[in-house]
Amino acid sequence: MSAATVERATAASRIGAGGAVLLLAAGISLPWWSDAGTMRLAVEFFCFLIMAQMWNLLAGYGGLVSIGQQAYLGLGGYALFALANHAGLNPFLCVPLAGLIAALIAWPTAKLMFRLRGGYFAIGTWAVAEVFRLLLANVSTFGGGSGQSLRAMAAIPRETREPAAYLMALAAAVAAIAVVYLLLRSRHGLALTAIRDSEVAAASQGIDVAFTKFWVYLVSAAGFGVVGALYYMNILRISPNAAFDVNWTAYVIFIVVIGGIGTIEGPIIGTLLFFLLRETLAEFGAWYLIALGLIAVVVMLWFPGGIWGAVSRKFDLHLFPVRRWLRSGK
Amino acid sequence: MFGEWLNTVVQGVLLGGLYGMFAMGLALIWGVMRLVNIAHGDFILLGAYVALVFGETAGLHPLAALPAVVALMFLLGFVLQRAVLNRTLGKGLLPPLLVTFGLSVVVQNLLLQFFSADSKALRAEGLTTASLRLGDALTIGWFPLGVFLAALLMGLGLQFLFARTAFGRALRATSDDQETVQLVGVDEKKMYALAMGLAFAMMALAGVLLGMRTSFSPTDGPANLLFAFEAVVIGGLGSFWGTFAGGILLGVAQSVGFRFDPGWGLLVGHFVFLAVLLFRPEGLFPKTR
Repeated sequence: MSAATVERATAASRIGAGGAVLLLAAGISLPWWSDAGTMRLAVEFFCFLIMAQMWNLLAGYGGLVSIGQQAYLGLGGYALFALANHAGLNPFLCVPLAGLIAALIAWPTAKLMFRLRGGYFAIGTWAVAEVFRLLLANVSTFGGGSGQSLRAMAAIPRETREPAAYLMALAAAVAAIAVVYLLLRSRHGLALTAIRDSEVAAASQGIDVAFTKFWVYLVSAAGFGVVGALYYMNILRISPNAAFDVNWTAYVIFIVVIGGIGTIEGPIIGTLLFFLLRETLAEFGAWYLIALGLIAVVVMLWFPGGIWGAVSRKFDLHLFPVRRWLRSGK
Repeated sequence: MFGEWLNTVVQGVLLGGLYGMFAMGLALIWGVMRLVNIAHGDFILLGAYVALVFGETAGLHPLAALPAVVALMFLLGFVLQRAVLNRTLGKGLLPPLLVTFGLSVVVQNLLLQFFSADSKALRAEGLTTASLRLGDALTIGWFPLGVFLAALLMGLGLQFLFARTAFGRALRATSDDQETVQLVGVDEKKMYALAMGLAFAMMALAGVLLGMRTSFSPTDGPANLLFAFEAVVIGGLGSFWGTFAGGILLGVAQSVGFRFDPGWGLLVGHFVFLAVLLFRPEGLFPKTR
């Protein structure tokens, strides 16, 4: 009788990895066979995918339900405009810097917000996002309430600008998934999963719950900051009301809840579904949001695992295995 | 000069009474079932829109429609808790937050769909414009004063309810230990539904008064929630008078901020909330026992 072994991959994850490589190759080659409209849509898709992964990391694993992540999206966007328009930096260089700046601002914010428990934390983060929106609306350098355009982008020719922005968004999306995946497979991931399942039990096992949550909050803020820069590089115009709109976080919450919270696959499926629904139902305006909200409520009440939760339970399917399976030896 | 500042502060206190009203509903629900209703502000607004429908269809004065609005909202809160929110309790942090957040988006967009994005107002001829002149700079509107007194009465009513009635005792017991109360024959699910109904009735009153005071539009819900929440945090969890005082402080902060610069009014209110969180996270008037 041999000893039991720990498995960390599944057949599906090995096939999935092959598929992912093919998808990535297709993604990288897209600028050579597609048009500008498709690339812009793809950038938006990647932005939502990154946000969904980052919010899922925060809420699904860290148990930190934030309704204020638009704060970091807006700050990332404004960081791009400040650095590119006013400091003369290369706009593409500003994307990682925007993530860094968002994380730096998230540092003191986290210290303050972590004094609020559970539901009050959620509303507190929303209040903070409002503070940043109102502050930037009062800064006349950035155009106050009406915002400003990304003039720095005009210097770069269109044929360089659009593929470069697209490839950066693709790289950021791959990086976001990789960060979450590797983080969850590391020992910190075990800590996070333990916190997700029971904070008290995790603390009793010697996990520094507050410290882990703090880092998750910072990583998530950095992700949203990068998205802010990527998105507004695509749109070329920013204003406080658009950049700090709570609907950013609302869409992301619906994506994650419907796709499957607490999994890596869920946010991917949720984002795909969100774009499918949006392309078909967008003309219904408010009804579209009403439907999304109702679906999210129904999913939360009766199918808390979301779409991926149901699929993975039924077929024992794991594309991004972050668990450890104990297989007994023969 | 002094008179103008005094006027600013007094108007802030009166506005704060309304915020105190918003906040007491939020605090009640948190106190009884540890639930944070993200849709709180949108349901306050729904109260104002229900009164608007009564006014437009039956020509009812907002105050005449008030009992019907309060009753309808009580029923809505009761049913919502019974049919939906009770299912989210005891399953961790995510379900109640995400379900009420979803409801917030649904209510806001339903209002947008049926009443358009234009701002509306509840008309109450004469009543909302009459004022009491107390000197050169200080004028107190009768209506804002009435709102303030109504908020005060709401606080007194809640205190009486919790301290003196069997229902209040059952609510407190449910809040302390929801399993033990079942042993003495209290149906905790029903208690939660009644508490939510009560909170919705309070929100209906606040909503109608809000609608008579200023114009409103479907996207104002989140602001109402944030003001209610900030009042609760400023005042400190666990006492209705602290919450009420938190509302007043928030109202004064906003009013003084607006006086400096219209762009800074809401910001100054938010800053007071952040300062309290930084220097006195337990709130200014925490319950001492």
